[in-house]
Amino acid sequence: MAIEHSSVQLTKADFASDQMVKWCPGCGDHAVLAAILGIFPEIGYKKENFCVVSGIGCSSRFPYYVNTYGFHGIHGRAAAIATGIKIANPKLSLWIASGDGDATAIGGNHFIHVIRRNMDVNYILFNNRIYGLTKGQYSPTTKQGQITKTSPFGVIDYPFNPGELVIGAQGTFFARAIDNSPKSLGQVCRAMAQHDGAAIVEVLQNCVIFNDKTHAEVTDKEFKEERQLWLEQGKPMIFGKDRNKGLILEDNHLKVVEIGKDGIKEEDILIHDATRENTGVHMMLAQMKPPYFPVAFGVIRAVKKPTYNQIFEQQMQEQKECSKIQCVDDLLNSGETWEI
Amino acid sequence: MATQIEKEDVVVKFVGDSGDGMQLTGTLFSDTSALDGNDIATFPDYPAEIRAPHNTIAGVSGFQVHIGKKIYSSGDQCDVLVAMNPASLASNLKWAKKGAVIIVDIDTFTEEAINKAGYKNNPFEDESLLGYTTIKAPITTLTREAVKDIFTDKKSAERSRNMFALGMVFFIYDKELTHTYSYLEKKFKKNPDVIKANKAVVSAGYNYCDNTDVFQLPRIEVKHAQMPKGKYRNITGNIATAWGLLAAAEKAKLNLFLGSYPITPATDILIELSKYKSLGARVFQAEDEIAGICSAIGASFAGALACTSTSGPGLSLKSEAIGLAVMTELPLVIVDVQRGGPSTGLPTKTEQSDLYQALFGRNGEAPCIVVAASSSANSFYWAFQAAKLSLETMTPTILLTDGYLGNGSQLFRIPKMEDLPEINPPFAKENDSTYLPYKRDMDTFVRQWAIPGMEGLRHRIGGLEKSDGKGSVSTDNDNHQLMVNYRAEKVKKVANRIPDQEVLGKEDADLLVIGWGGTLGALKLAVEEMIDEGKSIAFTHFNYIMPLPKNTGEILKKHKKIVVCELNMGQFVNYLRMEFENTSFYQYNKTQGLPFEVKELKEKFNQLLEK
Repeated sequence: MAIEHSSVQLTKADFASDQMVKWCPGCGDHAVLAAILGIFPEIGYKKENFCVVSGIGCSSRFPYYVNTYGFHGIHGRAAAIATGIKIANPKLSLWIASGDGDATAIGGNHFIHVIRRNMDVNYILFNNRIYGLTKGQYSPTTKQGQITKTSPFGVIDYPFNPGELVIGAQGTFFARAIDNSPKSLGQVCRAMAQHDGAAIVEVLQNCVIFNDKTHAEVTDKEFKEERQLWLEQGKPMIFGKDRNKGLILEDNHLKVVEIGKDGIKEEDILIHDATRENTGVHMMLAQMKPPYFPVAFGVIRAVKKPTYNQIFEQQMQEQKECSKIQCVDDLLNSGETWEI
Repeated sequence: MATQIEKEDVVVKFVGDSGDGMQLTGTLFSDTSALDGNDIATFPDYPAEIRAPHNTIAGVSGFQVHIGKKIYSSGDQCDVLVAMNPASLASNLKWAKKGAVIIVDIDTFTEEAINKAGYKNNPFEDESLLGYTTIKAPITTLTREAVKDIFTDKKSAERSRNMFALGMVFFIYDKELTHTYSYLEKKFKKNPDVIKANKAVVSAGYNYCDNTDVFQLPRIEVKHAQMPKGKYRNITGNIATAWGLLAAAEKAKLNLFLGSYPITPATDILIELSKYKSLGARVFQAEDEIAGICSAIGASFAGALACTSTSGPGLSLKSEAIGLAVMTELPLVIVDVQRGGPSTGLPTKTEQSDLYQALFGRNGEAPCIVVAASSSANSFYWAFQAAKLSLETMTPTILLTDGYLGNGSQLFRIPKMEDLPEINPPFAKENDSTYLPYKRDMDTFVRQWAIPGMEGLRHRIGGLEKSDGKGSVSTDNDNHQLMVNYRAEKVKKVANRIPDQEVLGKEDADLLVIGWGGTLGALKLAVEEMIDEGKSIAFTHFNYIMPLPKNTGEILKKHKKIVVCELNMGQFVNYLRMEFENTSFYQYNKTQGLPFEVKELKEKFNQLLEK
């Protein structure tokens, strides 16, 4: 099942597309594209072994902008298409580009099932909390109360938090990144590529035209230190301008504390362990939001579990070794037959 | 003991409550008959509910078996009706020939059950059954008696009642019990008591007829089949379809991929293919119909023989994705085992009403190849052919079968793989610097298949209109017109790959009967009988629907009258009207969830001939 590596060192240029990138100037998608073009050569697979799949939406134009095998599908179905590709040929590295509407509205069913099955795919969820390509209708991640073209009096729906969906669907990998932080984008995409199984990265992405600054209360430089918690495996969950704030568990709930206040010491702060199978802390981390909490970024959950594809290939192998039916002639002549 | 007479063919129908084991009983009778040398066709007729309320008409499950010398269909009406309770008698007496033998389990004719079945009086005490030969067998009592040393509880003891009835029918048709014994031994390997009990009951049923005078008619020997020499097996249409797809994958040297979601009556294809990982069948049970087809489209992109199987409602859900396969020009086989519609409709009953959907049910100009199987056994070849055409022309292909073919079974002459035609998909060559995703063979308009992983052929395809040749996204007006034309012409050119349409009977007969798909058996029998009666009638049956065989227009011109018969309200006839504007067609349609009967067809044809 191992994916064949390239015999030569590849560069960004090997994956550069000849297509004009048609995203709006200032769109967060450009940053994700740059990050992917940066890490594909680093991953080292033969360039023909990458396959990028998408559904419909601005971000779903992604396959045209990377020179790999690519499939631009129909609305919501990227995960289903990628599933078929991966099952048919597990020796391909599958990358899915999808938006919040594509993944959590019309494609919600495929989204939870590709996760539940632990299909070995890398799934980038561009979350700009709006339908951009259709010019500004609210999506399942739009904030309640927001005025959009289809919610002139405010959105009534409660929004989805993609992290909760992923973990709730028994996801083995969930990470969060921001479009304005290229370095962190590269890091989580690298971690995603290293993960066997369904790896979901939610990118808080800005739509400059239809939902500008939707993530600003978290992503703006002025809030960066106070409202962003960057998780690192094995490290305490510390944030804040003075690196003096952290998380502890109190009564089974997360709580923000100040180191040096009320007797709190650095060793009291929770240590991040993305590899724990128990979803409790991961779920709470994914749910955190201002004003009481920072938003968690980086790899929130990365748990080892056999992938759908590993088990599938194992069954294929076993059946090929032990079944009496080795060719269609065997099958046709099996069971009850008679001569006339 | 009664004397013996010989018959060309007989129809036996087993009916009972849906838990009474009628499907198994019917299958054992048909398999035994086939082993004994009869040609066979079967038709299961079961309710959508797994266990509807006991003793109600809604819960009646049936299995009809037609055996004889030359069998085209499962038969109209039966010679022997086995009814395990009053409700099954009430709902099925109309399917018994006048004078038929009616076997009932008289123990079940309690006042309560008789009322539940909707009878005002006990049918044995009024005139309901006049003109039939009734055998009122105490099947429950005798079954309990036969197993009294094995099972003492009522439920276990009565579970083999169906075997008693089977034994009786075996006696009537002078069949051996050996096949049934060996089946029971295999099936219940882990439960010796069940084997013993069932064997005891089936032979008790046989001996009951043999040792008493309940069956006073002569025993019947059904003529053996005169079929081409060869090795045969019994096969249902769904299994034949599954195997045809496996055969095509092996011939094309590709992995088979099936992405599918369970739906009646197509589920057996998914179940069957799930068994053959040893043959490289990559089967994915998807989260819904859309994921079924989308995963298949992905698998096709990745170089598999990709298929999805469904029934009418599922085909509706797949429409958008079929358009994607049309646009990306990828091979894909979509099997639609049709059932009564619209909506959920009649899940377990047969109909041919998805034809419009198959031909036209997509947004945009989205032509697909459409073929239809016409018997349970030939579903194997039509599945194979659907796959071959799809792979060789890079065009999604819809295979229409139906519940009648899918669940029904027939004798199948086992082919050798070496005798099946080759399948040669138009693969691109690695590192071909002239490769372009939408460059076409200018004779066939077929594009090449370049598969992820192949060196030097990276490209992107998708649902947006693509530029001719290069395949970049294009909204250019002229390019769109050109690509629409290419896709339509590519499908029309498939007519060059298919044989001429054949006609049974004189080519200038007054009346031409036209059918398509699953109605072949009854139509052919009706026409053959009428030709034998000296009527000026001919018959042509379509398997290639889109495109039609090239000589179709020629055939139509030669007959004074044409009647198109189908189990819908006229979908094929209207398609023919579109294609052949100047031809006038009569039509004969039925949407009762049932196959055609030979009798009703002949009546209609005679009327038309006299008109």
